[in-house]
Amino acid sequence: MSAAKNINITLKIWRQKNAKAKGQIETYKLNNVSTASSFLEMLDQLNEQLINEKKEPVAFDHDCREGICGMCSLYINGRAHGPDTGTTTCQLHMRKFNDGDTIYIEPWRSKAFPVVKDLVVDRSAFDRIQQAGGFVSVNTSGRTIDANAIPVPKHDADRAFEAAACIGCGACVATCKNGSAMLFVGAKVSQYALLPQGKVEATQRVLNMVRQMDEEGFGNCTNTGACEVECPKGISLENIARMNREYLKASLK
Amino acid sequence: MAKSALLKSSLAKKYWMALTGLFLCLFLAGHLAGNLQLIFSDASAFNKYALFMTSNPAVKILSYLTYFSILFHAFDGFLLTYQNIKARPIGYAKNNPSKNSSFSSRNMAVLGTLILVFIVTHMVNFWAKMHFDKNMPLQTITVEQMGQKMDYYVTTDNGKFYPADASQLEQMGLEIRNRTEFYNKQANVKMAEGYKDLHKITVAFFKNSKFGLIATLAYVLAMFVLAFHLWHGFQSAFQSMGLNHPRYTPFIKGFGKAFAVLVPLLFAIIPVYIHFFLK
Ligand code: HEM
Ligand code: SF4
Ligand code: FES
Repeated sequence: MSAAKNINITLKIWRQKNAKAKGQIETYKLNNVSTASSFLEMLDQLNEQLINEKKEPVAFDHDCREGICGMCSLYINGRAHGPDTGTTTCQLHMRKFNDGDTIYIEPWRSKAFPVVKDLVVDRSAFDRIQQAGGFVSVNTSGRTIDANAIPVPKHDADRAFEAAACIGCGACVATCKNGSAMLFVGAKVSQYALLPQGKVEATQRVLNMVRQMDEEGFGNCTNTGACEVECPKGISLENIARMNREYLKASLK
Repeated sequence: MAKSALLKSSLAKKYWMALTGLFLCLFLAGHLAGNLQLIFSDASAFNKYALFMTSNPAVKILSYLTYFSILFHAFDGFLLTYQNIKARPIGYAKNNPSKNSSFSSRNMAVLGTLILVFIVTHMVNFWAKMHFDKNMPLQTITVEQMGQKMDYYVTTDNGKFYPADASQLEQMGLEIRNRTEFYNKQANVKMAEGYKDLHKITVAFFKNSKFGLIATLAYVLAMFVLAFHLWHGFQSAFQSMGLNHPRYTPFIKGFGKAFAVLVPLLFAIIPVYIHFFLK
């Protein structure tokens, strides 16, 4: 890998005081950004500069900064989580950019994900979908049986594990031209539907989760496949098909 | 709960979209087979087919299913698109969708609307004429007898001649009722059925000296639009109904693309042939 160098960039960032305010794109110049830094470190650097200039720093979501929590959420140059595939925003590095580049940074755009401030959106719609059915009910009175005591075919276990890799970041919604949450919901439905423990409540689960998804105001999937491309965890469209199957089965019951 | 879910939910709308879309694909295949007779067969075979399509009871049921499918598919499509637009009230200042999805998949509603416009004009030009036009000509053939040319109606009464001349018809005690039915006036019995000459209307339409070229080009353009709609739509319908399988999906995708290219191409060849090559 080539050695790190410093680049000068122009940032076009969505600024919005609060949920009610009307926001707009603001332009910032940022010099001497090391290509070895991460994208979020670059934003930290911008915020230091803004604080030194006695300006309001840019609010953005992040937590683990290692691609597992699903908090980071930026629409960078027209792509969810930036130009790389299979990575979250926190895993994006400045070596992907060149000296003199202009970089657009916007929040996830969805009616169901209202902007809280600047680049921070409220993704609690996902939590409510989960609460509607994204769980298995177990008796926790002390006599729980070991989950591994139930045999699961390897193929199903693998598919369930792949679905469970979804970190709930919302990039699928952000990138979808319809603002559809079906990749997320498909992953959550599949994760349980594939396992014996989840089959018990499968019918109600899919009906309830889809109902909640619709109520939150997410759009309808038209199978463009954009979500699958941009998902940092490589969640497959097969999960949407599985949800569609499960829902059809459940509706006919 | 389950019942209302099958009508109102996002997924239910998708199932209906997929079912009606696939039914329309079947319709396209049937329609194409009929149209190809315009160039691979003679006028009488084509007109026979047209009569069959407008009178056979089984075909009637299919045609009502087709009208329903087009209307419902369009209505459902508009509803879904309206909801999808509402799901993102503020768009992106910079967006790069070509990096993650195909042109067709992102423009199904626009492509569909264009198809709807085409279907309406197409029905006005041919379907409505066939069904309602009082001046629709009956098909005739010219026979040369002893150096004299005479026109005869082509009818279901094989082997008998029905002269295409009012006074001669009168002399034979025949009259035409309901535009296509040949009656023996005295006995008051139907002798035969004439064929509306849809072939002639179609050829005249695409060979028209003023609008023939425009009509042909518009038709070809519409088939491009249809091809793009099907390029994404065919396989998409299977995904909507939950049919995604590592073994079968590659085949469905391949078949869908072949269908999306071949069907509109064959449709488009017909007016091009009529306009430029048919004598
Ligand atoms: C012969 C004519 C047509 C055929 C064969 C056809 C076929 C299809 C198919 C197979 C799909 C995929 C369904 C799915 O993804 O589940 C589709 C989607 C779509 N069609 Fe058509 N279609 C036709 C006409 C129209 C018309 C007239 C319109 C309307 C205005 C229309 C609007 C749409 C829309 C908006 C979609 C995307 C819907 C979605 O994925 O949610 N189509 N079409
Ligand atoms: S499916 Fe992928 S893009 Fe969507 S929330 Fe889960 S991890 Fe994020
Ligand atoms: S900050 Fe946790 S995934 Fe990016």
